[in-house]
Amino acid sequence: MENIIRGKVFVLGENIDTDQVIPANYLVYKLDDEEESKNYGKYAFSGVPIEQSGLPEGNIPFVKEGFKSEYQIVVGGKNFGCGSSREHAPYALAKAGVKAVVAPFYARIFYRNSIDGGFFVPFESQESLTTMFKTGDEAEIDIKKSEIKNVTNNKIYKLNSLGNIAKIIEAGNIFEYAKKAGMIK
Amino acid sequence: MGMTITEKILAKHSDKSVVKAKENIWISVDKLMTHDVCGPGTIGVFKREFGSDAKVWDNESIIIIPDHYIFTKDKHAARNLDILREFAKEQSIRYFYDAFSPSYSGVCHVTLAQKGHNIPGEVLFGTDSHTCTSGAFGMFSTGIGNTDAAFIMGTGKLWVKVPETIKFVFEGEFPKHIMAKDVILRIIGDIGVDGATYKAMEFAGSAIEALSMEERMTICNMAIEAGGKSGIIAPDNKTIDFVKEKTGKDIDISCLFSDEDAEYSAVYRYNASEMESVVAKPHSPDNMAFAKDLEEQKIDRSYIGSCTGGKITDFIASATILEGKKVVVETFIVPSTVEVDNQLDSVKIHGKSLRSIFEDAGCSIGPASCAACLGGPEDTFGRTKGSERVISTTNRNFPARMGSKESSVYLASPYVAAISAITGKITDPKKYIK
Repeated sequence: MENIIRGKVFVLGENIDTDQVIPANYLVYKLDDEEESKNYGKYAFSGVPIEQSGLPEGNIPFVKEGFKSEYQIVVGGKNFGCGSSREHAPYALAKAGVKAVVAPFYARIFYRNSIDGGFFVPFESQESLTTMFKTGDEAEIDIKKSEIKNVTNNKIYKLNSLGNIAKIIEAGNIFEYAKKAGMIK
Repeated sequence: MGMTITEKILAKHSDKSVVKAKENIWISVDKLMTHDVCGPGTIGVFKREFGSDAKVWDNESIIIIPDHYIFTKDKHAARNLDILREFAKEQSIRYFYDAFSPSYSGVCHVTLAQKGHNIPGEVLFGTDSHTCTSGAFGMFSTGIGNTDAAFIMGTGKLWVKVPETIKFVFEGEFPKHIMAKDVILRIIGDIGVDGATYKAMEFAGSAIEALSMEERMTICNMAIEAGGKSGIIAPDNKTIDFVKEKTGKDIDISCLFSDEDAEYSAVYRYNASEMESVVAKPHSPDNMAFAKDLEEQKIDRSYIGSCTGGKITDFIASATILEGKKVVVETFIVPSTVEVDNQLDSVKIHGKSLRSIFEDAGCSIGPASCAACLGGPEDTFGRTKGSERVISTTNRNFPARMGSKESSVYLASPYVAAISAITGKITDPKKYIK
């Protein structure tokens, strides 16, 4: 795992539920088919009401064209990923190119899925950062130091340490972790 | 220090005799449930990680219940059903309720109860966030994603953080017009959609004990809407009788209660007799209002169905209201399971079947499945297409949840949904229920 995650920021509000991350009608695409699964990237965050998509201005689609987003870091409000247990949600964000999400806290199934599936790193911020970043700002996350820098204005914000889940993230996913720990062959 | 019922169940499934909240432990799993939306992905991860010829840890403990996208022409949805069929055959899965077969049942959470898979004291994981419904039987049950489910499929084990518990106590008697849906919407309104994040929600008190198993399921079903990891109600004679009827087995529940000195992160107490009918306004389940304060709010559609509000008790309540009346907005009736669908014919009020009451009132009745609760493919029964304002007995009213991004959903009890269908406005059922 690289220590620094750098990318353009996409800002969303509170209680972003997994129906907004990937609406239910798209859940029919095959996850393990390379071509078909690109659609998950294409439709990532397509359920977010457009006026709340890409704050503070809004009306910014997460994926403008094709299957990848130009944003790699998502900054969201509290209770990120609530609702349905669909693992298609963190999967869709990874497919769109997301490397990290930063939110004060997550709904537990989404948090678990993100880590156990090895899709991206869900960081907890110590305060809500949704007004500290604008969509399109450049950000840099230092994992060892547990902090995120808004490169656009050089302000730095503390993140919670990943704690004992860092081991699963370092291993890649829960299977690699369990193999390393000798729990499965 | 004593343990909560949740801590006791988790300890029994770990290698420890005592576990404490916030501790990370590995547990043995009794049952894993999956369906057509997340089953194919789970199977994909299972094969990737354990090999294409790997066998599941126990072919009698994996329950496959297609229910989400059944009655649709969507070809990808049909392919998902085929993937489940192939896997069930290859692995000799004992409990597979295949679509378009005599064993088809419908909505997974209600099926688990009706087919005798919910057993007090057991641990159930499911690839659906509403798996917490089974907590009504005094078991630990929670939703997980494909990766965790695939891990269980191969090993029968999973790590969990032992949740802290919040206790909700309802003493006294609920007024006649109050249903379980009002109870859980009230709780979610009080603590918020993140009020129980990472926590178990335990429901207790004389008013909860007086509820039927179906009503208890409604309460536990929506624990996830408060962010809860699980919902749980200690089993009693009603639980024993229900399980005996489904399985023929007597269940020992003697250890399945929270100790008096168990530690709770919070305790909320309610006077049951003071409860009012509650509605969650768009677009969040915690956007609570009393039905009586929304009586000028017009609606365009009423929807009665889903794991939350499509059980036989929900339809009996709705039919009580709709008997001899006409709906003034389009009204959709979706039984959760085939068993409930059959009961629409066998259960009668004043000699008239529920089905004919609904038909005579002008409702449309669809086949048993999740249907429009979560929108689904374009041709899904009851899916919103424009700016409909829906009063619904389902569990979520997030933007676009029932289909169209422009539609708005008000969550309510079957009583409220049925009465509002007659008046065309959100209506408090108080004066209609004697």
